[in-house]
Amino acid sequence: MSDIVEKTLTALPGLFLQNQPGGGPAAAKASFSSRLGSLVRGITALTSKHEEEKLIQQELSSLKATVSAPTTTLKMMKECMVRLIYCEMLGYDASFGYIHAIKLAQQGNLLEKRVGYLAVSLFLHESHELLLLLVNTVVKDLQSTNLVEVCMALTVVSQIFPREMIPAVLPLIEDKLQHSKEIVRRKAVLALYKFHLIAPNQVQHIHIKFRKALCDRDVGVMAASLHIYLRMIKENSSGYKDLTGSFVTILKQVVGGKLPVEFNYHSVPAPWLQIQLLRILGLLGKDDQRTSELMYDVLDESLRRAELNHNVTYAILFECVHTVYSIYPKSELLEKAAKCIGKFVLSPKINLKYLGLKALTYVIQQDPTLALQHQMTIIECLDHLDPIIKRETLELLYRITNAQNITVIVQKMLEYLHQSKEEYVIVNLVGKIAELAEKYAPDNAWFIQTMNAVFSVGGDVMHPDIPNNFLRLLAEGFDDETEDQQLRLYAVQSYLTLLDMENVFYPQRFLQVMSWVLGEYSYLLDKEMPEEVIAKLYKLLMNDSVSSETKAWLIAAVTKLTSQAHSSNTVERLIHEFTISLDTCMRQHAFELKHLHENVELMKSLLPVDRSCEDLVVDASLSFLDGFVAEGLSQGAAPYKPHHQRQEEKLSQEKVLNFEPYGLSFSSSGFTGRQSPAGISLGSDVSGNSAETGLKETNSLKLEGIKKLWGKEGYLPKKESKTGDESGALPVPQESIMENVDQAITKKDQSQVLTQSKEEKEKQLLASSLFVGLGSESTINLLGKADTVSHKFRRKSKVKEAKSGETTSTHNMTCSSFSSLSNVAYEDDYYSNTLHDTGDKELKKFSLSSELLDSESLTELPLVEKFSYCSLSTPSLFANNNMEIFHPPQSTAASVAKESSLASSFLEETTEYMHSNAMEVCNNETISVSSYKIWKDDCLLMVWSVTNKSGLELKSADLEIFPAENFKVTEQPGCCLPVMEAESTKSFQYSVQIEKPFTEGNLTGFISYHMMDTHSAQLEFSVNLSLLDFIRPLKISSDDFGKLWLSFANDVKQNVKMSESQAALPSALKTLQQKLRLHIIEIIGNEGLLACQLLPSIPCLLHCRVHADILALWFRSSCSTLPDYLLYQCQKVMEGS
Amino acid sequence: MPAGFPPHSTTASLPQHSDRGFPFAAAAAAAAGQAPPRPRPAAAMQFMLLFSRQGKLRLQKWYVPLSDKEKKKITRELVQTVLARKPKMCSFLEWRDLKIVYKRYASLYFCCAIEDQDNELITLEIIHRYVELLDKYFGSVCELDIIFNFEKAYFILDEFLLGGEVQETSKKNVLKAIEQADLLQEEAETPRSVLEEIGLT
Repeated sequence: MSDIVEKTLTALPGLFLQNQPGGGPAAAKASFSSRLGSLVRGITALTSKHEEEKLIQQELSSLKATVSAPTTTLKMMKECMVRLIYCEMLGYDASFGYIHAIKLAQQGNLLEKRVGYLAVSLFLHESHELLLLLVNTVVKDLQSTNLVEVCMALTVVSQIFPREMIPAVLPLIEDKLQHSKEIVRRKAVLALYKFHLIAPNQVQHIHIKFRKALCDRDVGVMAASLHIYLRMIKENSSGYKDLTGSFVTILKQVVGGKLPVEFNYHSVPAPWLQIQLLRILGLLGKDDQRTSELMYDVLDESLRRAELNHNVTYAILFECVHTVYSIYPKSELLEKAAKCIGKFVLSPKINLKYLGLKALTYVIQQDPTLALQHQMTIIECLDHLDPIIKRETLELLYRITNAQNITVIVQKMLEYLHQSKEEYVIVNLVGKIAELAEKYAPDNAWFIQTMNAVFSVGGDVMHPDIPNNFLRLLAEGFDDETEDQQLRLYAVQSYLTLLDMENVFYPQRFLQVMSWVLGEYSYLLDKEMPEEVIAKLYKLLMNDSVSSETKAWLIAAVTKLTSQAHSSNTVERLIHEFTISLDTCMRQHAFELKHLHENVELMKSLLPVDRSCEDLVVDASLSFLDGFVAEGLSQGAAPYKPHHQRQEEKLSQEKVLNFEPYGLSFSSSGFTGRQSPAGISLGSDVSGNSAETGLKETNSLKLEGIKKLWGKEGYLPKKESKTGDESGALPVPQESIMENVDQAITKKDQSQVLTQSKEEKEKQLLASSLFVGLGSESTINLLGKADTVSHKFRRKSKVKEAKSGETTSTHNMTCSSFSSLSNVAYEDDYYSNTLHDTGDKELKKFSLSSELLDSESLTELPLVEKFSYCSLSTPSLFANNNMEIFHPPQSTAASVAKESSLASSFLEETTEYMHSNAMEVCNNETISVSSYKIWKDDCLLMVWSVTNKSGLELKSADLEIFPAENFKVTEQPGCCLPVMEAESTKSFQYSVQIEKPFTEGNLTGFISYHMMDTHSAQLEFSVNLSLLDFIRPLKISSDDFGKLWLSFANDVKQNVKMSESQAALPSALKTLQQKLRLHIIEIIGNEGLLACQLLPSIPCLLHCRVHADILALWFRSSCSTLPDYLLYQCQKVMEGS
Repeated sequence: MPAGFPPHSTTASLPQHSDRGFPFAAAAAAAAGQAPPRPRPAAAMQFMLLFSRQGKLRLQKWYVPLSDKEKKKITRELVQTVLARKPKMCSFLEWRDLKIVYKRYASLYFCCAIEDQDNELITLEIIHRYVELLDKYFGSVCELDIIFNFEKAYFILDEFLLGGEVQETSKKNVLKAIEQADLLQEEAETPRSVLEEIGLT
């Protein structure tokens, strides 16, 4: 602004003396804000920060005295508020005045109220507790007849208002939408906008009123309503497509100059309104051709009209371009928009240039040729003095990076990185470089060096994903093993060189990366012996500037290397020094190293070379400590109780009010719900249970079926696992990279020919290296855009594999029983592999599923015994460590054979499993369908047997089951019969798996067939499935029960009244066993342990305890809903009998 | 097998790595948990600061809820950054994840924070319109007007921008609203201030 005279504070004293003759309010200022004036003058006279502080503190304490004095008038209070605001602005705490600001807003006359409201809006934020005290005042003022008071209240509401108090003012504000004054309507709309921002559901019902505001005769009110619409359309554009026409019309009117002149800004009609509308249109037209077509005209006109060379027209143009590129494309408009971008980019004004770059960045993915057009400008901007321009240029380059220009672009980025100091910039840029390097790295050396730069500069501020991804990349490798080794070797060599340099400090993260890589891959070095590497790591360990976290990494690396070195003095020295370290962690690591060092064989097996990608199997239950625990217990130690149990016990000891909600009351008789928490002292019972487990086991420690690698005796070497299939990889598309290089060269030539100015040869060279592979107009063979270029470091989708492995593992568990005997060993191996994958995810789960596996094989045991194929005794299986003999495959194989043989007589098979009685589900004159369930151990087998009652042949009889929400239905072989003979019965089998727990569900399907006369018919049927169809006994031992119990988080407790007939625990449990298929593990006194599983493998445990005729049930499961469903079933059973 | 570290059961010192031994993942998760993204309602403008060439704050208006500590930190950093920029440089600034739009009028810097996707140029015009309003109201405004009558500057700002959004773009309408309120002030002010003078002296 040229007409503003610069008057600095140095001119201040003179200014006050001469009593400025300026007109209007400015003249009076010195007289009536004299108190503030003297404060300001006092501050300006001071020279040091310290003096200022002293003065303000004085001022504040006098203010404090004044505001709290009862004699202070509101007029004085107002004056004090102004000074308080000033002190706060200078950075001093004036919170003692907040309450007085609220009081002033409440009690003062208009003027005082105005200052009070201002002070409140400056002092408080919307979740400040004092704000609640303002609500009443606001409500009162909103109802005032004075326009100014209403406006003040609306202003403060639009700025800060407690969300929970919105209902108190909402009706009042809604009323204001009909106010006769437009200023009130406008402010009311903005207040509602504020409410929409902080609590959208509270204003949902007044959306119709927003539409009214949009149609308001006053432009200001309409413009205010656009804020709400922009916001709502951003959230959900599809709901407001019908308004597109209105917005277009409004914009047309604005652009056409139909608004009152007072809305012009530098002779541009309502620029703010235009921009708001353009933004809304951009959102509405996105990916929507029909809506976009409505706005093409007005956008065209906007582009045309905005021709004045003024900032504000550029602002509109910029928004217009943005909209044109956001909506469904129209080539004419795009052309014009591209020209506009050109205007921005080529403008000598730096602000416009910046926006040109920003626009380019935005459109570059749609139209890469635009970058080519402006390549020389971009090059210039790359060396611009203003770092902001540079940074925007780099952002642009980042978007056009491909395998051919990567080195140049990354180099430019690194240059910028070295200059910048702002943490946010560094974090951002480092992330981008790492991403690009990983995607497009041309060779190993470049990749490692770039990453070294990233780690050195990004240091400890960068996103932790970067080093993580880098290490993962190194470890998992790519498609080519030798290539991987070279990369690793190069990394090792480069780190050793870096560590050789004296007096260089690397960020901790970088050191951690180095130590991990050196620990893992130093073996690739031929000449350098591990000792030398160890020596270097040792030097770092002794360095004080290295953090203790990094030291842990270092010592881990040393540990790994020690197993490769034959003997090393350095290691011994290290052990010696760190076993007496004050840092307990370091001391522990040192001791571990020491013990491993003494047992070389163990160490080698424990730390094999280059196995970082294989998964660690940990005995999560720490069963190797069982002996220790048992010993402790036998000597009278208290059994360990997990946190929640202790908590519970504590609760039950303090006999306080019961805060837990009462359970479902299922019995209307005089039954008293549940007992007080003290009554159900199950907490201690169960802990006693785990203690018993320990006590009983003192003599013979039983280890469950976890496959142990790390046991009591130390490392238990695992069986050879197949790694072969992992390395069987795809061929690398090496040729394509070569092609790209060729293309790069040809492109270079071409672009050099293209631009012919010789003086800027250097820049052109840069340009040609930057813009290779972009655009299609110059090179036909260069169609390859960034994405089609093959990525050098294509990561294997290993994670995915692991995941799928996990999901299939449960399936394997159930399906493996179908394998033939000869496959058992393989199966076992395979299974352990899948388990490793699972273990990767969650170790706890791993141990759990392996236990389940055992239990599952156990469920088949009775069967096995019956057929006397194997002779296994139930408990011995648990004592067995590995899972060699967990399947009795013959029997199931046999049964499968039978099942698939489609023999119509199911008698043999159904005797093997429990089954329901056949039930007719539908029939007509030709056929009748009956179904029955076979509760197999691994699934529910539904059999539909179809009887052809007619004397004719039926053709292509087919049975189909509709997909159901909770079930996974798998067809067993032979479900479509070409011909069905007369008077015969055929059956269809489907195995049904449950996907999530439920109480009851329906399975519907239909049978279709052709009669001989080609007449086809269909018959629908449905069967009811209950949760119980998927419950199977879980045969585990009490010990395992105890262990599982502790590992489950979801529990449900309920008391059930038992009927006379089953008053004794055994009979009650018997009922549960028969009706619900629960397995009774043990009955101890008046307590019982039961277990079951929901197919395929969700275990649920039940603890019962009898008190008189009350049965306390306590369920625990890994699934959160299962206990509730089971409880419901139990209640039904217990009540029913 | 293992990812390199001897199996630790209980110590938390070494990064625990169930996930193949790249402990950064855990750190990342922890970091993500500690610092949730700053909640920010989508107001067009995040805050506006007016400060002098000497770096003294003259006016501050925050449209997003921030703690006093944060406000102070942001103010300090921004004032430093903006003052360090050369006159020919671009009026826009990327700062953290925000866009700063600033312009100097005489000895005063006007500085607004907007979001990245907002229109920088129109924000410059918002600043300009505000200066026009101040100028019209004070009659050739200078820094001193704003220092000594900062509450008026706030009143004008509140009529122009509300909750971070442009409320009224017509210069006439804004000033009309201010004058309406001021009129009461003028009437009430003159007699009272005389009384006060008497009462005090």
